[in-house]
Amino acid sequence: MKNEYNIIIIGGGPAGMAAAIGARQAGEEDILILERDSVPGGILNQCIHNGFGLHTFNEELTGPEYAERFANKVRELEIPFEFDTMVLDVTPLDNGKKAVTVISAARGAATLTAKAVILAMGCRERPRGALNIPGFRPQGVYTAGTAQKLVNLEGAKIGKEVVILGSGDIGLIMARRMTMEGAHVAAVAELMPYSSGLKRNIVQCLDDYGIPLLLSHTVVDIKGKERLEGVYIAKVDEKNTPIKGTEEFYPCDTLLLSCGLLPENELSLGAGVKIDPRTNGAFVSDDLETSIEGVFSCGNVLHVHDLVDYVSEESTRAGENAARYIREGKRGGVSVNVNAGNGVRYTVPSKINISALPEKTHIRFRVTGVYKNVSIVIRSGQTELLRRKSRILVPSEMLDIILKREKLSGVSEDIDVFIEEVQS
Amino acid sequence: MKDVAIIGAGAVGCAAAMEFAQYDLSVCVIDKESDVCEGTTKANSAIVHAGFDTVPGTLKARLNVRGSELMQGLSERLDFAYKRNGAMVLCFEEGGISGLEELLERGEKNGVKGLKIISGDEARTIEPALSDEVRAALLAPTSAIVCPFEMTLAFAENALANGAEFRLSTEVTGIERTAAGYLIKTTRGDIEAKAVINAAGVYADKLHNMVSGTPLTVTPRRGEYMLMDKSAGSTVERTIFQLPTKMGKGILVTPTVHGNLLAGPTAENIDDKENTATTSDGLAEVRAKGSLSVKNIPWNKVITSFTGLRAVGESGDFVIEECADAPCFFDAACIESPGLTSAPAIGEYLCELVGKRLPLNKKEGVITKRKGITHFAALSREEQNELIQREPAYGRIVCRCETVTEGEILDAIDRPLGATTLDGVKRRTRAGMGRCQAGFCSPTTMALIAEKLGIKIEDVRKNGVYESGVH
Repeated sequence: MKNEYNIIIIGGGPAGMAAAIGARQAGEEDILILERDSVPGGILNQCIHNGFGLHTFNEELTGPEYAERFANKVRELEIPFEFDTMVLDVTPLDNGKKAVTVISAARGAATLTAKAVILAMGCRERPRGALNIPGFRPQGVYTAGTAQKLVNLEGAKIGKEVVILGSGDIGLIMARRMTMEGAHVAAVAELMPYSSGLKRNIVQCLDDYGIPLLLSHTVVDIKGKERLEGVYIAKVDEKNTPIKGTEEFYPCDTLLLSCGLLPENELSLGAGVKIDPRTNGAFVSDDLETSIEGVFSCGNVLHVHDLVDYVSEESTRAGENAARYIREGKRGGVSVNVNAGNGVRYTVPSKINISALPEKTHIRFRVTGVYKNVSIVIRSGQTELLRRKSRILVPSEMLDIILKREKLSGVSEDIDVFIEEVQS
Repeated sequence: MKDVAIIGAGAVGCAAAMEFAQYDLSVCVIDKESDVCEGTTKANSAIVHAGFDTVPGTLKARLNVRGSELMQGLSERLDFAYKRNGAMVLCFEEGGISGLEELLERGEKNGVKGLKIISGDEARTIEPALSDEVRAALLAPTSAIVCPFEMTLAFAENALANGAEFRLSTEVTGIERTAAGYLIKTTRGDIEAKAVINAAGVYADKLHNMVSGTPLTVTPRRGEYMLMDKSAGSTVERTIFQLPTKMGKGILVTPTVHGNLLAGPTAENIDDKENTATTSDGLAEVRAKGSLSVKNIPWNKVITSFTGLRAVGESGDFVIEECADAPCFFDAACIESPGLTSAPAIGEYLCELVGKRLPLNKKEGVITKRKGITHFAALSREEQNELIQREPAYGRIVCRCETVTEGEILDAIDRPLGATTLDGVKRRTRAGMGRCQAGFCSPTTMALIAEKLGIKIEDVRKNGVYESGVH
């Protein structure tokens, strides 16, 4: 086994595979993908529902099918893929290369080096402990994704009477899944006055099955010492504080938590990559390079996406850019910042190199709340680069604005992205 | 007929078992839970107290200081995590300095070494995160932190190695006096013993009152805690106390021996001996009071919260004695703080007491060392490589947050007194103790347990007793 590579990709889920394909198709021959699981595909393997690939393939695939398309492509391109391999550490070296420490049965504890590293580790779920829900800690409380894995991959029957806290997409999908498994889902409680899941999932996973979505509600107590016996759900006020007297008891043996996803950036932090507190992902420029030269980031470890198609597209670009970096080295030139203005929570990228503009530049962002009849405005100094009216914008849907080269050429000041009320 | 039956497999019960097992005695440890370390021992501050807080002349004072002296040697001999990180007691008002002086005096009377009162500025120099409000502090260099799970498991495994028997998932339902000693009725058959040690934590009163006409009362005192991610673990180096009150040592902020940051406990007397629920008020109190001691505690890095119950008696001291009206029935009751610290000393003391009733003859070939589970993450690169070559299961990381391998999990299940539940694996290996709180590793760990126990994955328990009789 060799130990030196041009590009090492950490993670073999949708992001890592697309990055590998992007890099190979951009001409890079020397790539290695490291995956901690024993199969490719990452979290897609447990997402056995359909709805994947509408943008990429123009058809509706299941998670494993979507993953398989990419895995087949990786195989066809003969890109080395090592499984059951855990990366423990990434360290930039003085010579510009990066040391990647791995553990696997095949390699033992080994240090590999790469000229470029693509971070594609994905995200994890916010656990119960981080939510500070008071009460007991019984069996029967799972994050939605853990439950999904147990039900879909291990074939386990985890419960009969279910309450779901948080209306993230996995929670919504699991509401339907548990119903199909013969369980009864009593309610989905969501702290915010709006769902954090996609509209289509609310319709297809809750409405179609008559499962109530309780907005501005949260779980305030968990009962049952060994096995979950029930939860108290209360209404919250506009500050998200539970309102006394509104508690209602829901008997249940299973509580699923779908309360947010956190990019898994421990390796990035260890390497010294600067993390954006708004996304919990790396700050990147338009080529998806992080604050460390030759370290790129893409997919859910960069910012949490709601559609895998966007992950694949973004990661392909990360792969292409890493290949360019290997070929041409550090990109010179001048950059401008991209700022999140009124109503915009964050933008990816946070800066754009205006000296080396590609044909299309993506700006991705989420809004801070529900906005109706507004315009998305992108401006550089006094120059308006884009104004797009929108009937409704919701935080659960990532927005993807593409600016063509001719739009951006000539830009020299910071770019502001913001939401503006439409004057009627 | 057993010579000694110990009821309760917490720190005290297991320490006692370890001591008794060195003698030519048949020893049996009984616990209603499916694992050791399931009661008060699993949810506390994990501090090896220096011994400045206890009233001179009490059992607490003597056993605390003795336990503190024993702990480091035990940790080396029995392979559990221990670190002498020192402690500070803070006072926030000039008037409080007399309180610190009182502690210093008590500590010196108790034989605690190295105590010193320092100014607020000196305190902030060595612990920069301390609040600007700190006026003075008592510095206690002999205070330490320990892993209560590993410690108790180490005692239990050593006791087992020296012949003690463990009957877990076995609840005592009644105790009757017989001509030869006691008949202990349990949910899994009767056990006869010449001497009984009552180390049943918050239930010690229930057991005591089965045999004695002089009732004992143990009140559960609830303490809520918040545990923070390892990235917050170096906020402070020492264990930071506030001047104690009648209800205990107040809210402390401390690193754990594994590098997390821990804050708590609250102190609230309750009636329900099973009520280990956290409350929103309790957690709010931990945040408010913890923030008095230490600036900028990253409360957004909390990975879990939990509640422990201290077993509080009426006198304020431990109750470790032979029952006046029940010969050969020994209480080790009301073991609140510093119970964890004192546990090994309590074990010694119980031997001393029982020695007045039963002959104590040291066995030959007593095993004095124990090798714990090999923690892969703590090994050098060469050791890791060697281990993976020998056992490929150590090359498969199951818990990514804590870097725990399949090899460790299999060892935790396979070794004597092995884990049968997710919590059991977690306490032995730390799989699931990290920032994702078992989100990723629990399906794999469950599958490993299910395979080893020959049960279905959905029947794998988080904790508690298997009805089917596993274990």
